[in-house]
Amino acid sequence: MPEQPEQPEQPVRDALTETLAHQVAEKLADVQGPYFGQFGGRYVPEALIAALDELETEFRKAQGDPGFAAELSRLHRDYTGRPSPLTEVPRFAAHIAGPAADGTAPVRVFLKREDLNHTGSHKINNVLGQALLVKRMGKTRVIAETGAGQHGVATATAAALLGLECVVYMGEEDTRRQALNVARMELLGATVVPVAIGTRTLKDAINEALRDWVTNVDHTHYLLGTVTGPHPFPEMVREFHRIIGEEAREQVLERVGRLPDAVAACVGGGSNALGLFNAFLDDAEVALYGFEAGGEGIESGRHAARFSGGAPGVLHGARSYLLQDDDGQTRPSHSVSAGLDYPSVGPAHSWLHDMGRATYEPVTDAEAMDAFRLLCRTEGIIPAIESAHALAGALRVGRRLVDAGESDQVLLINLSGRGDKDVATAARWFGLLDEGTTEGDQ
Amino acid sequence: MSRTVTTSQTAARLDVLAGTGRAALVGYLPVGFPDVARSVEAVTTMVDAGVDVVEIGVPYTDPVMDGPVIQRAAEAALAAGARVRDVLTVVEAVAEHSGGTVPALVMSYYNPVLRYGVESFARDLAAAGGAGMITPDLIPDEAVEWSAAADAHGLDKVYLVAPSSTPERLRLTAQASRGFVYAASTMGVTGARQAVGRRAEELVAATRAAGAARVCVGLGVSTGDQAAEVGRYADGVIVGSVLVRTLLSEEPWAARLDTLGKVTGELAAGVARARTTGGVS
Repeated sequence: MPEQPEQPEQPVRDALTETLAHQVAEKLADVQGPYFGQFGGRYVPEALIAALDELETEFRKAQGDPGFAAELSRLHRDYTGRPSPLTEVPRFAAHIAGPAADGTAPVRVFLKREDLNHTGSHKINNVLGQALLVKRMGKTRVIAETGAGQHGVATATAAALLGLECVVYMGEEDTRRQALNVARMELLGATVVPVAIGTRTLKDAINEALRDWVTNVDHTHYLLGTVTGPHPFPEMVREFHRIIGEEAREQVLERVGRLPDAVAACVGGGSNALGLFNAFLDDAEVALYGFEAGGEGIESGRHAARFSGGAPGVLHGARSYLLQDDDGQTRPSHSVSAGLDYPSVGPAHSWLHDMGRATYEPVTDAEAMDAFRLLCRTEGIIPAIESAHALAGALRVGRRLVDAGESDQVLLINLSGRGDKDVATAARWFGLLDEGTTEGDQ
Repeated sequence: MSRTVTTSQTAARLDVLAGTGRAALVGYLPVGFPDVARSVEAVTTMVDAGVDVVEIGVPYTDPVMDGPVIQRAAEAALAAGARVRDVLTVVEAVAEHSGGTVPALVMSYYNPVLRYGVESFARDLAAAGGAGMITPDLIPDEAVEWSAAADAHGLDKVYLVAPSSTPERLRLTAQASRGFVYAASTMGVTGARQAVGRRAEELVAATRAAGAARVCVGLGVSTGDQAAEVGRYADGVIVGSVLVRTLLSEEPWAARLDTLGKVTGELAAGVARARTTGGVS
């Protein structure tokens, strides 16, 4: 086990009592920031507070404006291609367990196909919502961080669509590993800035984006890509992704006539997971599973499993579970999947974890890659390696249910992204490439 | 508002200097660069060369308010094994070296302090003779725990204001601060700049109008002339990157200390002439 330093006692927050009292009255799905239980907040320089306030005000105004909802719906339908389909995957599900005595499958598996969205992942939902807010605020420039490039590509896409200047910060290490996605962003008119400090990955790209934002905040919006960061980002990004769960809930009801027994998603920052979970948070009978990157295994210390190997702390503006050492220094994360390779997690997930509403488990690189190949071969769908963590975790959950004697189970998985970007990584993993081939977009 | 302790080492020092007609020079260096022992030498060199208040930085993996110079020093300090508790060693050394005349403030991002334990950190900092803490990513709204610990141990709470702060936030921050309010001269991160803008003077005036008794200005001050300009209207001139840069050179250590002393001396001279000549050298 990596060192598990003793955690200082959690502070008693006076304002928290009030916030909690307020939250008790609400549905879990509608809880507003800045706090999710003891998590969240605004741990940022004062210089950013005015911009965060402006953003929150604009967001609340937009929430109450039918014109905003109509414009976003139009883009979802005509540009992104929503609603995304729900696909049942029986050949994949057969690998959970063989048919029961009466010939029926004990576990039916459905995939929410966010991989079929324009730009290839769920990221576009949030990006379009924020980009419309940027226009309303009269700002002309957006900046974003990206790891694997999915959020960067989505942001560059929305910026092109709406005529905004776009700068994407990306760890130098990642620009090398994801050269093709760098080219994609540049084709879309964005400037990609390699970040050559710290770990040279996603965490440091966020630091650099925050430095840019502090400097240029009067005309620049930081288009943050997940449910982390200072308030209002965790709540706002959840709101822009809640369409995933709302559609899926309706689609499952229509297809099987009842709610799913379990819902699964991968969790990096946690936006695809929260978007899907949100529609089921207040249905106590639906089990929720988030799968984090277990990397080479928790015991190896090389992972991004914040709930298994981290402790509450503050990073990038929010209090949440965090990989850190005895001194509160951020520990580097590791995952075969760049999109899950982040040392913290959205504060709402920490809240759901601590209250026991959702269960978070690590999935190793090897388990994820096995599930990746299984979906390719059984269903003809190449998933993002991020999403393959959810597939692997769902196989585990399904087998557990069958072992416990359950039958007639319905499992819903968020297929958050497509795997085109991961072909080179997968080919190397499975030994399909000649040694020395490094070309490609990982 | 109830306070267990109302005296502030830093406020007392600023008031004494104000009585002699000048602002304070506040100098920043990180602990542990290039190692703990030499960072003590650097801080005491800075004190001997005329710094009135010291600010000792805790190196952190994710310093979002810092520009490249301080980032590089922090990264090197961490690589060399600097620990959070080492800041207490430097604080003690300053108190000893200056006979308690130079207040030592810690500048730390919040997570290292949170992990140490906020109350434990306040207790140990006070025991080491520290004056308080500057918190670049902790705003008063989130500082209930730190504020209580600082009050209990008589430590300064130095929060930041920025040109983007609304009058309402200036009032909130002025009220929550003890020692002084740190006015960021410009929108941006630490590092030398060509000029300290007019916005800094406006911000100091607005912060005073919002109720702050003492306002020091940081970000971008790197020359004696800039120090003289800021020292004309602020209670203190905060300097960091230009000092850290002297230690990042490839020169032998003794030569680096020598340069640090000279640069500090020029800044101190700038502050000293600020109100006698209107800042013109």
